[in-house]
Amino acid sequence: MFGYYLRLGIKSIRRHPALSFLMMLAVGLGIGVSMTLFSLHYTMSSDPIPEKSDQLFAVRIDNWDPEDSYYESRPDEPPPQHTYRDSQALLTSDIPTRQIAMHKSYFALDGGNDDVKPFLVTSRQTTKDFFEMFNVPFMFGSSWDAATEDALEQVAVLSKATNEKVFGGENSVGKTIRLGSHDFRVIGVLDTWEPKIKYYDVNNGPIDESEDVFLPMSLTAALELPAGGNTNCWKDEEINSFEDMLNSECVWTQFWVELNTEQQKAAYSDWLDGYVTEQKALGRFERPMNNRIDDVMSWIKVNEVVPDDLTVLVGLAFLFLAVCLFNAVGLLLARFLAKSPVIALRRAVGASKTSIFSQHLVEVGLIGLGGGVIGIGLALLGLMGLSKLIEDIGTVASFSWSLGGIAIGLALGATLLAGIYPTWRICRVQPSSQLKTQ
Amino acid sequence: MTIRPIFSALLRNRTGAILVVGQIALTLAVVVNAVFIIQQRLEHVGRPTGMDVDNIVATRVQGFGEDYDHLATIREDVAMLEALPGVAAVTTSNAIPLSGSGSASGWRDTDGEEYRTINGNYMNVTNGAQDAFGFEMYAGRAFTPEDIMWRYDDDENRHDMPGIVMITKDMAIALFDTPDAVGRMMYNSLGEGTQIIGVIDRMMGSWVGWDDVTNVALFPTVNDDTWIRYAVRVEPGQADAMVPVIEKALEDFNVGRVVTGTRTMESMAKRSYSRDTAVAVILIIVVVLLFVVAGLGIVGLASFTVNQRTKQIGTRRAIGARKRDIIIYFMTENWLLTTVGVSIGSILAIALNLWMSEVFDLERLNYWYVPAGIASLWLLGLVAAAGPARRASKISPAIATRTV
Repeated sequence: MFGYYLRLGIKSIRRHPALSFLMMLAVGLGIGVSMTLFSLHYTMSSDPIPEKSDQLFAVRIDNWDPEDSYYESRPDEPPPQHTYRDSQALLTSDIPTRQIAMHKSYFALDGGNDDVKPFLVTSRQTTKDFFEMFNVPFMFGSSWDAATEDALEQVAVLSKATNEKVFGGENSVGKTIRLGSHDFRVIGVLDTWEPKIKYYDVNNGPIDESEDVFLPMSLTAALELPAGGNTNCWKDEEINSFEDMLNSECVWTQFWVELNTEQQKAAYSDWLDGYVTEQKALGRFERPMNNRIDDVMSWIKVNEVVPDDLTVLVGLAFLFLAVCLFNAVGLLLARFLAKSPVIALRRAVGASKTSIFSQHLVEVGLIGLGGGVIGIGLALLGLMGLSKLIEDIGTVASFSWSLGGIAIGLALGATLLAGIYPTWRICRVQPSSQLKTQ
Repeated sequence: MTIRPIFSALLRNRTGAILVVGQIALTLAVVVNAVFIIQQRLEHVGRPTGMDVDNIVATRVQGFGEDYDHLATIREDVAMLEALPGVAAVTTSNAIPLSGSGSASGWRDTDGEEYRTINGNYMNVTNGAQDAFGFEMYAGRAFTPEDIMWRYDDDENRHDMPGIVMITKDMAIALFDTPDAVGRMMYNSLGEGTQIIGVIDRMMGSWVGWDDVTNVALFPTVNDDTWIRYAVRVEPGQADAMVPVIEKALEDFNVGRVVTGTRTMESMAKRSYSRDTAVAVILIIVVVLLFVVAGLGIVGLASFTVNQRTKQIGTRRAIGARKRDIIIYFMTENWLLTTVGVSIGSILAIALNLWMSEVFDLERLNYWYVPAGIASLWLLGLVAAAGPARRASKISPAIATRTV
């Protein structure tokens, strides 16, 4: 039966191509606008590391000004970063499966190659577990170990893009690069690693690119590598040297732990309380105890990775879709009622109400499908337009198969829902009513 | 012309009426809120900057190598850039206004126990700053070459607060409640003071989304860092053309440093405002599409009613109704629907705004937007219904005698 209804539906659509197209366009416009914005929202709020996002935790402790909270509008939230001394101290816990401290810097990179002019790179100084913790894939070589960190060996891991730029994509392990005024030996090269949301450090925006170079953080103090991300200070203290900066109450480092079980999490939470209590005894941490251990998804929420602007736009876009659907219902009603005589005839020669209902619902479904396809086309155009409008939007403005599925599903679902009333109306046509006047 | 028969007719075709009313109501709710947001964003983006944003090129240089002499390089760079054809003025700076990257701190009005703290951007600049950024002085004077402190890392005064400063009028008002601050002292959070020698009429700092963006303090300092930015004012209209010229000139001039991020200040401002612009553009598109869709919806349903009532219209014409009467009938019917729609829509619009201001911290609607929205939808309804109504008026009285 479905095949027959399908043929009837296609026939009906082809008999009124203009009206059918208008209906599909109405649905398509609604789907196009709402899917453009929904796609952004979907990508920005989706899990960047689904395989272990519930085991990775951003750690926060509140070393901020006793007189004043870090966020003016959210006084309950502790600062998102740590002082250098705290993140070093936190590394001494033996509870987490893995843990890392890190910060960001900028350097001029010189590959010692005359063809490639030195260029500016972002670097991440971190501890050895970084790559395993965030599932960062290696193409050549590997990460460094604790002994390398302790020996202050000047080693570096390059991103795939940096390796391509400096060494033409070859295995560069063992070669030397110069960052600023220091030489580093390459010990590893990453494979493609492009988290859509830079969840591990959102200080310079959630759609910032990941770093070009990775260095052991033990070198930060040894070589006086400057902080280059976001530095925030509250205390009136003299900072006249790098040493002063390392010992200050300024926050500029990030700290993550991997905890695999609830027991581990509870134990770590206790350990953190212990650390802060100890520091309070030393006269630091004058604010009330306020430690946070947020997994990746709640970290994304805390940092408001999805801007309110976008949520408002998505809401307004769905209201626009509603207007489009109202419109489609009107057009469908007009179209179906105009067919009353034919329906009456079919009813008179024996078609049941159910079959009339199913037949028209199939036709509505076809229109929904057409609307979905138009909608996907418009959403692709919309996302292209947005990447023109917002230059650093990066890969967030991209469409995927799953989003395509959502678009088709939404178009079909919404159109069928909207089509139920006109379809029901047409089923109620009395066989006799229309035949009489003919 | 009485409204009663129109009402009766509408009640007989409730579905069509409800569909039109629903569309109008939702359209009004979305349009009012969207236009309100658009207006706010455009106002935000269009704020005066106080600077000659269109004619400034900015760049960043980062030194490398053991023997890189930062301060000497900067002196040479500035002299070279100033001599470059097409260049009007040059300043160094640790931050470029409107760029999204910079430094800010808290500033106090006295060094006593009771003080007022305000936030302000600060930039370390050279004597070219006024001409390079193109701001106007409200009072006092700008920096001279003698004012500029070139500080090496091992200099004794390396970390002292510079003795003089220029601040913006907004910052002066925030600190002292008066723009007339020349000669007064302001203090950092360590209580170190600096004397205000000039008040800038208006200028913006780094972050366009920051409430205190118009609080800016300029210090006459160049520090021995590893990087610095230059702001280069060029001949009017030449900014885009000068970007590659300036980049190449710097690159060729000294190889001991990397030149990056050379771009016009206008494009930096555009990037900083891109979220606001995108919101405005998206909403403008949504509003235009809404009008088109809602308008077509009215046309569609009005045509449908006209078709359904062909026979009645013929009959009315046959018993003496003029064409005008038919047109007025349909226009009135449509006007009634629009009016019911906008009445419901006004409530929806206000409710939607209250909800959004609650949840998303959006500003409350200026209620003038509601009557303006109503007027525009009335107009839309009239325009959209005009076609079908005119077609109805052309139905011939003879049709009444035929069976349709």
